[in-house]
Amino acid sequence: MEYFLTEEQQMIKDLAKRIAVEKIAPLALQYDDEGIFPRDLMKILSESDLCGVYIPEEYGGLGGGVLEMSLVVEEMSTACGGMTLAFAGTGLGTFPIIIFGNDDQKKRYLPDIASGKKLAAFALTEANAGSDAAGIQTTAVVDGDYYILNGTKQWITNAGEADIYTVVTCTNRAKGARGFSAIIVEKDTPGFSFGKKENKMGIRASCTRELIFDNCRVPRKNLLAREGMGFIVAMKTLDRTRPGVAAQALGIAQGAFSAAVKYSTERVQFGQSISSFQVIQHMLADMAIQIEAARCLIYQSCRHIDSGQKNISKEAAMAKVFASDVAMKVTTDAVQIFGGYGYMKDYPVEKMMRDAKITQIYEGTNQIQRNLIALEIIKELKS
Amino acid sequence: MAEIKIILDKCLGCRLCIKACPYNAIKVEDKKAYILENCILCGACLGSCKFKAIELLKDGDTEIKTDVSIYNGVWIYAEQKNGVVSSTAFELLGVGRKLADKLKVELSAVLIGSSVEAQVNILAAYGADNVYIVDHSSLVQFNDESYSEILVQLINNYRPEIVLISATTYGRSLAPRVSSRIDTGLTADCTSLDIDLEKRILMQTRPAFGGNLMATIICPDRRPQMSTVRPKVMKPLEPDQNRKAVAIKPEVDIPDSTSIKVLEIINDLSEKVNLAEADIIVSAGRGIGDPANIKMIQELAGLLGAAVGASRAVVDAGWISYNHQVGQTGKTVSPKVYIACGISGAVQHLAGMSSSDTIIAINRNPEAPIFKLANYGIVGDVLEVIPAMIKELKKRL
Amino acid sequence: MNIVVCIKQVPATTEVKMNKDTNTIIREGVESIINPFDMYAIEEALRIRDRLGGKVTVMSMGIMTVSDQLREAIALGADDTILVNGREFAGSDTLATAYALSMAIKKIGAVDLVICGKQATDGDTAQVGPSLAEKLGVPHTTYVRKIEDIHDGYIRCQRMTEDGYEVIEMPLPAIITVVKEINEPRLPSIKGMMRSKKAIIAIWNAENIGADKCRCGLKGSPTQVIKTFTPVHDIKSESIEGSVDEQAFRVIEILSAPPAAK
Repeated sequence: MEYFLTEEQQMIKDLAKRIAVEKIAPLALQYDDEGIFPRDLMKILSESDLCGVYIPEEYGGLGGGVLEMSLVVEEMSTACGGMTLAFAGTGLGTFPIIIFGNDDQKKRYLPDIASGKKLAAFALTEANAGSDAAGIQTTAVVDGDYYILNGTKQWITNAGEADIYTVVTCTNRAKGARGFSAIIVEKDTPGFSFGKKENKMGIRASCTRELIFDNCRVPRKNLLAREGMGFIVAMKTLDRTRPGVAAQALGIAQGAFSAAVKYSTERVQFGQSISSFQVIQHMLADMAIQIEAARCLIYQSCRHIDSGQKNISKEAAMAKVFASDVAMKVTTDAVQIFGGYGYMKDYPVEKMMRDAKITQIYEGTNQIQRNLIALEIIKELKS
Repeated sequence: MAEIKIILDKCLGCRLCIKACPYNAIKVEDKKAYILENCILCGACLGSCKFKAIELLKDGDTEIKTDVSIYNGVWIYAEQKNGVVSSTAFELLGVGRKLADKLKVELSAVLIGSSVEAQVNILAAYGADNVYIVDHSSLVQFNDESYSEILVQLINNYRPEIVLISATTYGRSLAPRVSSRIDTGLTADCTSLDIDLEKRILMQTRPAFGGNLMATIICPDRRPQMSTVRPKVMKPLEPDQNRKAVAIKPEVDIPDSTSIKVLEIINDLSEKVNLAEADIIVSAGRGIGDPANIKMIQELAGLLGAAVGASRAVVDAGWISYNHQVGQTGKTVSPKVYIACGISGAVQHLAGMSSSDTIIAINRNPEAPIFKLANYGIVGDVLEVIPAMIKELKKRL
Repeated sequence: MNIVVCIKQVPATTEVKMNKDTNTIIREGVESIINPFDMYAIEEALRIRDRLGGKVTVMSMGIMTVSDQLREAIALGADDTILVNGREFAGSDTLATAYALSMAIKKIGAVDLVICGKQATDGDTAQVGPSLAEKLGVPHTTYVRKIEDIHDGYIRCQRMTEDGYEVIEMPLPAIITVVKEINEPRLPSIKGMMRSKKAIIAIWNAENIGADKCRCGLKGSPTQVIKTFTPVHDIKSESIEGSVDEQAFRVIEILSAPPAAK
């Protein structure tokens, strides 16, 4: 299908695809099995200028938007959704700075992220605050020119590997969600440590840990926007990164689908390739329809966001919900098409099925996304 | 300007030439072929036309012409190491003898090195009529600069009509340096040599496009006609200890010093058997499944006294180092036996081993291209066949 | 360091198959690529420049479409490109090619190092590198697998041999031809790709480089192709059947008996 990408977007997509095929695919199974963080891949992305694809040119990036970022995430995820997360997770930690950072903060942090020298991470979730994000308990208390952070964040992508962390803290308990503040914390700040590496079902090449703040002193100039804006910083960031998660899900689905199509033409049962059976053909057709629909929705929602529209939450949420549900269905069907072989770790699809699941959960569970979409629909009707 | 043209009257538009053209430079319209702008005159189409409808029009004769009549004799360059002539020299003498006999001229060997005089006898035994010896302590190690300087002087002084050099690492560096200085033609990696008696010229046949295409090349107007010859393809003569050769010690200017200096020579100690010289090679392809299975290949090679080879896929995956790679971008080998284990037989791999005398292929896939080239094929799981072979070999120890 | 890399456009032959009926090569959509070994040459040049400073010029002798390959080199990071082009160069053998390239390099001026790939995958001769060195009157080393040291006027490198390697030093200017072991070529960058779109490729013909037309192209080529044919593999293939043990037994028998030469 013709997606009407610009020349530069096509260039970015093609290069990301090459990296996926030449540099990610050969390592995917091993990195998943052994839980290896893809430092080398980040170096390659750095050299190809892709680390800064979504970062403004004046800070060393390519000046692309959410669509460019999603193109990179999609292509790399066809080879491995886990290895791609080092890049995508950094995006999640960087968008708050791009959207809400002042000039000083942008100058201090964006160039190193654009060049690939440093990675970033975003920290909102806590043990008692997942979907109920308003329940966070990590506090930031003013002390002269510093904030003192105390608390623990949970399941943070890139934790331990990233240098720059955008952390949502509670600065005023009384004001509820309006009492949250987003603060940039750098690795190696005294009082900032990490929990053990989590042992995950999928995306195992990505590293997930707790962040532990114990009287961690962070300069007040690291506050993003204003005190009390933390929730908005989080929500506005997620609006822009949810298409990225959708793109990751799309890539995983595409990878699984391509493998399934190929396998179905090679596997012979009852004297013919299984792709000649209508059952399989219908499965493949449905998988293809879902993937194409997901792609179109993602690209369009990205364009919608990049064009500077005021209301983008519903579109971003739709893309995320749809693509992640598609990924789960497509990867499950792919394993089914592979039959017994699909269940074996020697074949690539069981990993893809394990990888797909998280896309329905993180960056806002699909249940929360549906809440959001419904509320937006009703709001639109009432206005 | 020189041009390749279609003789339209003879052309039937059969498109065989299009298939032969590597550069997509021919099109057929209204049942006639036309050569396009991007033709680079490689000549691959000339032989493909069954109707003799393609001709190469040359733009006058090449201006630089040598008086070929004053060039006489077939020379071979005898590579030596540590004062011992290598077997490639005997291969060259084998084919050189055939050429010299056809031309009814003498066959001479050129030997450059240090303390090499004793090698005259063995070169004689393998067919040399004369041996030109340049023996000096400074020449103990091959050096591109001094060796090419000396060989050029010899060629200029003695004017052989043909010079054959083995396509070894040194040979492939020495030959083009020399041919370039003399401004004569050099054909690389020949697998077959013959004489066109009518024209008294050397016909040099060699593989191109990774072995997918064979080309026969001549050097009609310049001398000497130089070729590098693929090792282990030409057959040496049966050595005759009673043959005698004339040892000639020519006067040459041996350079006092060279700007190129060989500082150190390191033999790869991990390799017990040299891939290029091995009689038997056991080669691993992706079909071995896991890098751990390289050990199995090594064990089999060890029991057979064989060298270990590998396909590009295995090397790229990091399962074994690059100096084991056989293929177009790796090494070209011509062992007596090549055992391909789990190798599919991609064209680029075949390019590196198709000259092997006997090819034994083991592969799970009966359609694998390697079976078309194999003398013996086993359709089976490499991971079962190799242990069985190892078991059988150990029984016989 | 002023470095020149000589590259060649070759057909991508990964899809080469044989047409059984006509015994000719089928080329599926002939794509042109940079000769694989030349990619390693470009990478090595870029690495030296990144470390020591200087300029990398990538040069090729060929038809106009070779500009695409030269643009690829810019996307990888080359500073400049030169296409040696003209009908007078068509039909060149390795000697005529080396002559033309040498005249172009002389026109560039003070060059410290010329890097070539070991050989091209269409001609497979590996002759241009050493011939070019001879025409330029500079030393050369082939099959370089690692550069140990390089600075003004000096290079020390490892040449891959059948037995291992040799350490060789030469004064600069010099030529090296490189093998795959030397490095891992980088991928192009987005900024590089954008630069390559706008890049101006210098196109030099025989007159521009002061080359004697009699020494160029078919005219300047002492070797000529008189015949091409596709090799016929007349293999008597035997399929070894039986249980795994029986198959293994048969193979060992074959290996124990002196194998018949083909």
